[in-house]
Amino acid sequence: MEKLETGLSKGRRELDGKMTRLKNRFMRLVTDPYSVATVIAIVVLVYLIVVPLWEMLSATFKLSPQDVRSVPGAIAGEFTPYYWKKIFNSSISEAIFYGPLKNSLFISLMVSMLSIILGGLMAWLVTRTDIPYKKFFSFMIIVPYMLPSWSKSLAWLTIFKNDRIGGYPGVFQYLFNINPPNEISYGVVPIIITATLHYYVFTYLLMSSALSSINGDMEEMAEITGANRYTILSKIVFPLVLPAILSAFILTFSKAVGTFGIPAFLGLKVKYYTISTMLRANIRNRLTEQAYILGISLISIASFTVYINQKAIGARKSYATIGGKGVRKNKIRLGKYRISAVIILSIFIFIAAVIPLFILLMQSFMLKDGIYSLNNITTHYWFGKSNNLIAEGEPGIFKNPLIWKSIYNTLKLAFTASIAATITGTILGYIVSRGRGKISGKIVEQLSFIPFLIPSIAFSAIYLSMFSKPRLFIPTLYGTFTLLVLVSVVKYLPFAVRSGTSNMLQIGYELEEAAMVEGASWVKRFTSIVLPLAKKGFLSGFLLVFISAMKELDLLMLLVTPDTRTLTALTFSYTDTGYHQFADAIMTVIAAIIITVYFISLKVGDADITKGIGG
Amino acid sequence: MSKVILKGINKYYGKVHVLKDVDLVVEEGDFLTLLGPSGCGKTTTLRVVAGLETPEKGQVIIGDEIVTNADKSFYTPPSQRGLNFVFQSYALWPHMTVYENVSFGLKVKKFPKKEIRFKVEDALERLQIREYIDRYPSELSGGQQQRVTIARAIVSQPKLLLLDEPLSNLDAKLRVEMRAELKRLHQELKTTIIYVTHDQVEALTLSTKIAIFFEGKIVQVDTANNIYNYPVDVRVADFIGNPKINFIDGLLVKDRDGVKVVSPLGEMIAENKKCEDSLEKKEVTLALRPEHIFISDEFKENYLECQVYSVLPAGSETLIQFKVQDKFIIAKVIGQVKFELDQKVWIFFVKESINVYDKVTGQLLFNV
Repeated sequence: MEKLETGLSKGRRELDGKMTRLKNRFMRLVTDPYSVATVIAIVVLVYLIVVPLWEMLSATFKLSPQDVRSVPGAIAGEFTPYYWKKIFNSSISEAIFYGPLKNSLFISLMVSMLSIILGGLMAWLVTRTDIPYKKFFSFMIIVPYMLPSWSKSLAWLTIFKNDRIGGYPGVFQYLFNINPPNEISYGVVPIIITATLHYYVFTYLLMSSALSSINGDMEEMAEITGANRYTILSKIVFPLVLPAILSAFILTFSKAVGTFGIPAFLGLKVKYYTISTMLRANIRNRLTEQAYILGISLISIASFTVYINQKAIGARKSYATIGGKGVRKNKIRLGKYRISAVIILSIFIFIAAVIPLFILLMQSFMLKDGIYSLNNITTHYWFGKSNNLIAEGEPGIFKNPLIWKSIYNTLKLAFTASIAATITGTILGYIVSRGRGKISGKIVEQLSFIPFLIPSIAFSAIYLSMFSKPRLFIPTLYGTFTLLVLVSVVKYLPFAVRSGTSNMLQIGYELEEAAMVEGASWVKRFTSIVLPLAKKGFLSGFLLVFISAMKELDLLMLLVTPDTRTLTALTFSYTDTGYHQFADAIMTVIAAIIITVYFISLKVGDADITKGIGG
Repeated sequence: MSKVILKGINKYYGKVHVLKDVDLVVEEGDFLTLLGPSGCGKTTTLRVVAGLETPEKGQVIIGDEIVTNADKSFYTPPSQRGLNFVFQSYALWPHMTVYENVSFGLKVKKFPKKEIRFKVEDALERLQIREYIDRYPSELSGGQQQRVTIARAIVSQPKLLLLDEPLSNLDAKLRVEMRAELKRLHQELKTTIIYVTHDQVEALTLSTKIAIFFEGKIVQVDTANNIYNYPVDVRVADFIGNPKINFIDGLLVKDRDGVKVVSPLGEMIAENKKCEDSLEKKEVTLALRPEHIFISDEFKENYLECQVYSVLPAGSETLIQFKVQDKFIIAKVIGQVKFELDQKVWIFFVKESINVYDKVTGQLLFNV
């Protein structure tokens, strides 16, 4: 009897112990702001990123009412492999999937290879050699990135357009009186060239941060052993940056594979489709499920390449930053090649940055397309009042209230989105950096990287369907400015979080622990220790998102309404209707705003946009 | 009030077991040093006391209060433990002036402004850095920064002060200066101090008590003198003392009056010591401090003959290396002495200064 009782009370004591342990654990979790912030962050990220993906996927297995007749005996809303079969295994598969897939893969492969060569070479010249005018070059090399990628395709068309497909002849034909063949005017060649002229900046930024992290000592050591420059380059520098090269290749690839603007302007006229343009065509034709499947394939390709990147070089990548202080770099003397390097680089920059801008600017002053004479010059498209003889009475862009509204919309969007993204990136970056080695940090890091893998056009397609009806606590967002901000913030999260994380990693945790010992709450610590110290890094993250948002087209095209239209969307519709001068004028405005903001931030705040891209 | 007790602390980082059943009592007013080679868990122990780390097992009691009870997942936040912490990296907030750094904690605790000013100035005065009150940390030298961190830690008059290798970033001269400063501070403030270092001189000069760590375990807790004179095992004996202690292999043999220790140093009888009956002979290691060896350059009774191998003068002292039956022994002599190489000398030592360790387990068997 006694034994039984003690056994019982012992059991109860153990149970009590367990209960208090559970209770204490729970209390610690809910009173610790870090875990609360982490939980909130994860919930929000899942809702804004994972749920849309899931909805997209599940929609492709559900039969929509309009397709009921195509599947005998089926009921709308039921599970069906119909769409997947149609895309992957039917008579039209080649036309809507395999053909465009081949094109997409070929284009991105070529673009990333060319970008690596161009960007890598330029990065090496600027970071490791004694090439003169370094400041000027490193600014100019980035300029093409300030323009929307497709602006370069517009410039291309202006030059190499032929009159076979209709419309006016291009500059080339006017000057040399040769009608460029279709292969030069449209299709795969110009797509690859113009895309390369845009994406090389991306690889340049990645490569230059890798190159500048190599300690000069290693090269000097090799020099002391008697190695010549070529040996140093091939045996020391190249192997050290090889992981960075591979990962730059893959990141460029996954970005290029989803690009929409360039193949839309240069491919559609000759029926050259990529997955992204096919996706947009399907959405236009209300074949949403098919569009989703194309979107999922793009995501899969991008995820797969990034997965390879992490698997194959993730572990080795670490040595790319060994000796990462990079305090002192010895510059390789170019010697007799110095002048030729300057000339070649200048010519390249002229082609990549100056000509497109000049062409756009020039065309915006031409009264009629394709007539290259002085008396065809007009400022009508800039300042002209409505004239029924020109462009069906559209007034010049600065006289057009619609455009003023778009400028306002664009600036409002770019500023709101970049500020919101910077704040979010800072908080998430805090969670990631403080949760290093913990599961929570990893989850937040991985989740916030997902939008990188989702091509903009697919991303906006999901948000379109998700928020065109009220959802849990959230009213219908379609047509609102909020939706544009939301989609931009989420899409640019990978950059914002990377920039925020690298920013936060510079603030030692002991600084916070010291405040913890003094009794400062988490909020107090964050506001009086972390934020003031992180201030410097804000501008870089802000700038990166600002530039992206200013020139964003793919992401917003499906979501803007006349009320929320941005400059880029306006450009697109002007081009669509053939009013190139307006489109070019607006494009010039966009470029001017971006370059001004970038220049000011460089001068004022020492901003460094490589942080968010590299890392 | 500020007695600190650690009971059965166990801490894991992932699968690595960094603290293994750490038990420790720190009496009120003690200056206890956690001493050990790097990576042995001493900093982790300090952080467990501070509440910056949560152990998986065990309890921490400060005063009468259980502040950590791992079995109940109960952990009092660091700020409510009545302690303060000095970080190895200083952890000064670079965007705040000296005044702002030191006053931060008092502001958080909402002290009246006048009182804050008074306390901060008093703390700075104590550390002789009053004049730098409006400087930023980057405008101070390493030694001055160190003083600011200590001022920041003592300004709230904590009952318990935790210092994590505070002097490791200073140069040798400043370190000696700060040692004296810390010792005086301890006597003035009468605070309990737990101090982490891997520098044995620091530990020996500062502490009232030393806890020696090896591989996540406390091996010995005692006063500085006892640790120096009677290290509990070979590792401690080897770790403490500079120049290093001499180890000489020997044999333990049963004898009528107790046990006999046979070694190149000669035969010694340890009276009243008993050898386990089962053992006829036992392999042992003898440990002898270099300064316990006396040297004579002429023959004396009971002295051991040996040969000078090399002489290493170091200003105030001289180290002499001998060869005794193919074994090397180092002796320390105060002052400057001269010997020829290969000169024949005679050495002497008090047998009570020899500790005998089990060669297999490394444990202290007895003092001869």
